[in-house]
Amino acid sequence: MSARTRELLILILVGLITATGFASVYIARQNEISPASLSYAGFFFVLYLIAHVVARVTVPDADSYLLPMAALLTAIGLTEIYRLGPNDALRQGLWVVIGVAAFAGTLIALRHDFRRLESYKYLFGLSALGLLFLPALPKIGHSVNGARLWVRIGSLQFQPGELGKIAMIVFLAAYLHSKQEVLAQGRPKDFGPLLAIWGCAMLVLVATHDLGSALLFFGIFLAILYLATARLLYVGVGLVLFLAGSAGVYETTAHVRDRVTIWLHPWTTQAIPCPGHSILMPRQECASYQLVKSLYSIAAGGFSGTGLGKGTFTLPGGGNLIPDLNTDFIFSALAQELGLVGIAAILLVFMLFTVHGFRIALVAGDGFSKLVCAGLTFGFALQTFIIIGGIVRLIPLTGITLPFISYGGSSVVANFILLAVLMLVSQRANEPA
Amino acid sequence: MNARVRFLALSSLVMLVALIVASTYWQAWAAPDLANKNDNAIRQISEFTIDRGRILAADGTVLARNRVVHTNNRTYYYRRYPLGALTAAAVGYATQNRSRTGLEHSASDYLTGADQSLAGALKQIGDRLLGSTIHGSDIRLSLNLAAQRVAMNALGANCGAAVAIEPSTGRVLELASKPSYNPNDVESHYGRISNIRAACKSASPLVDRATQGLYPPGSSFKIVTAAAALDSGKFTPESIFHDPGYCTEYGQPVKNFADLGRPEVFGTITLFQAFEHSVNSVFCNVGKALEIHPLMDYARRFGFGVKPPIDLPSNSLQASGLYLHGRLLGANEDWRGDPGRVAFGQDKLLVTPLQMAMVAATVANGGVLMRPHLVDKVIRRDGTVDKITPQEIGRAIKPETAAELTQMMEAVVSGGTGTAAQIAGVRVAGKTGTAENGLGRPNTTWFVAFAPADAPRVAVAVVLENQSGTGGTTAAPIAREIMQAILASTANSNP
Repeated sequence: MSARTRELLILILVGLITATGFASVYIARQNEISPASLSYAGFFFVLYLIAHVVARVTVPDADSYLLPMAALLTAIGLTEIYRLGPNDALRQGLWVVIGVAAFAGTLIALRHDFRRLESYKYLFGLSALGLLFLPALPKIGHSVNGARLWVRIGSLQFQPGELGKIAMIVFLAAYLHSKQEVLAQGRPKDFGPLLAIWGCAMLVLVATHDLGSALLFFGIFLAILYLATARLLYVGVGLVLFLAGSAGVYETTAHVRDRVTIWLHPWTTQAIPCPGHSILMPRQECASYQLVKSLYSIAAGGFSGTGLGKGTFTLPGGGNLIPDLNTDFIFSALAQELGLVGIAAILLVFMLFTVHGFRIALVAGDGFSKLVCAGLTFGFALQTFIIIGGIVRLIPLTGITLPFISYGGSSVVANFILLAVLMLVSQRANEPA
Repeated sequence: MNARVRFLALSSLVMLVALIVASTYWQAWAAPDLANKNDNAIRQISEFTIDRGRILAADGTVLARNRVVHTNNRTYYYRRYPLGALTAAAVGYATQNRSRTGLEHSASDYLTGADQSLAGALKQIGDRLLGSTIHGSDIRLSLNLAAQRVAMNALGANCGAAVAIEPSTGRVLELASKPSYNPNDVESHYGRISNIRAACKSASPLVDRATQGLYPPGSSFKIVTAAAALDSGKFTPESIFHDPGYCTEYGQPVKNFADLGRPEVFGTITLFQAFEHSVNSVFCNVGKALEIHPLMDYARRFGFGVKPPIDLPSNSLQASGLYLHGRLLGANEDWRGDPGRVAFGQDKLLVTPLQMAMVAATVANGGVLMRPHLVDKVIRRDGTVDKITPQEIGRAIKPETAAELTQMMEAVVSGGTGTAAQIAGVRVAGKTGTAENGLGRPNTTWFVAFAPADAPRVAVAVVLENQSGTGGTTAAPIAREIMQAILASTANSNP
């Protein structure tokens, strides 16, 4: 069986799962939504069939599991977004179409040799900075929950940092690959451009309060640096700098102090001053409201969950229990409706995706491909860890999207580009000589 | 470079595994704890999507029903209590924001249909899977509404309680506590409840005084002392005592009850007469002769020492017995009680009205204690009815002892301290109690009774706080009214 035929079979399986998911949401919420919801599954299947055909033409020998896994994760996300608000699902569906288009476009554009990207490294570095800086611009920039990371043009909202992440990884990989030998000697001047671009990115992120992305960029930087130079010393120095930087930011920024306090002590028994209000209440009803309500939602799922469409996310009066449920907190919605069984399955898919990504990095023939693949895959895993880890209180909560699942266009598009790059590398490594 | 890629892959997998572990912690380990947090709306909301069963009085009158509200694609069932304060002590309340009390708490499994017969459980799992509403069962109580009304009215503005039990079955016929509260106010007008004032220092309307109120029993405890005296064979009703007006305890005189400033002196007197006229010095000597441990053992046979096994939430029940600094003393600490004073219901002895009703019911039932219960029938949605069968807790005293005690208690009402409880044409057996709470402080008064003495259909205990009169003048008339109401309504139905 060829790699693509296997991919098609798995995609059919994913299509069946998707259809079951939409059907169960439809059954559970009949008086709210129409049977037309079932057409989502069909539409979805056709979309991925197109992606499959493009892959068959451009990357016939690439890994056959990545595309179906991405399809499964987007389908799970879309089903849950649909369940939470049918109107958002239409928009998200549109973004998935754009994402698949970006996937196909990337495959077609780079089908001959993606390695020419390496020669445009500074372009990537600068565009990463530009993308990160966009939300800080007046008029189009827009802040949500104290973090200024959105661009709004008309009715279209976009988080350019997600694409900036991909560009930054390509830049880091290309730069470190070309300077691999000299960097290993540790001469400071070779680090100049690297530290300049990366340092600017970190400054922008910290200034815009995008702590989740700052953490992500930092982790990716250290990972690629370690891969390219094999110097654990750099990682050690990086971590020391990170801790020092964190301590500095903690001391100077109230926003960060609040996040850490919420993480350590989400519940208080006594009423305390509520930031931004003049009233006293327990922290779980004020600053840590979102985190605590999300934990209740996760716990309510228990082992097997309430079932799709049957979770409780709204008050009898109509208000939402958890703010930002379909973006940053979609995990807690899924955890309530699918339970531990479902969540573990989803996390296993994330793990499998990660394993396949790293496997491509292992078999890739050249250093640049290895660095890009490993960097992108590590970024994918780290991003998953940062957002879910924040929700389950492993680390302080920072707003960042869950790859492929969260509502949000830029995230979906960026992850499809990531997927395309992984498959391009895989094709080159697997292709018969 | 591949070794480094592998290391990075391993680190990534460790991070993702940590997420699975953390999710497991929240969903399996911490879930029950989080479910009970009082700001956890999810749990509360889902409880209110269950169509809880109704709570009905013995005559079918609705005591608790649902108010159905449709919002956001869901149906919520909120509770309403048509009779308000009347049956609050037994029924309790269930609201969105506060915990449940009374039968709403203890009978919740019936009301939500979660009581497990296998077929019922399967049906409920099916309902849950299909997303259809879960329908609970109705429960029908043994409460006699006429008697309940009479009891609540008769208690009036006093702080106190009254409990009536059917001696042969343990069915609770009436459970009244004053001051009461309107359970419909708990949800949205809690202020009204906190503003309730009464004739006692802490009004505490939410406390069910019938099952939680701990009072010194005073002379009403002489029923238990007399039962121990007769049943142990150490005394007969004709045993002769000499009453000098006091009894010497540890070298100190313990005086008889002083109604008019000076203690009464009865001289030579039988146990029967001492019971009839509630002579403390005689019972003091009986207690000393019996000794504390055997006396308290008899009390335990009547149900003392543990929370009564009634179908109300355990946290709204108190055990009767010897208390030291608010702590119930176990059987191994009986020695801390002073037998002479315990014998006439003072010293460290504290009891609940429910317990005293159980004592009367046991004597009325020929010496056999029945489990008190409120839920009579469970009526399922499919029409099947489960009748709750009466349960025997055990024999407390011999039938002959019970018969002798009945005669003595009858004498109390026919010519002793409890004449205010007489009902024309009915033989009433009873015992008064007037417990002193310290010099110059008002009394706690009691009347414990059953009727008809020859074929008992009701046993009752009434307690009143802060009284200047005696049990015979304050509590006995209330007990009479309650017994009359019950005898009147059961006259036709009983053989």
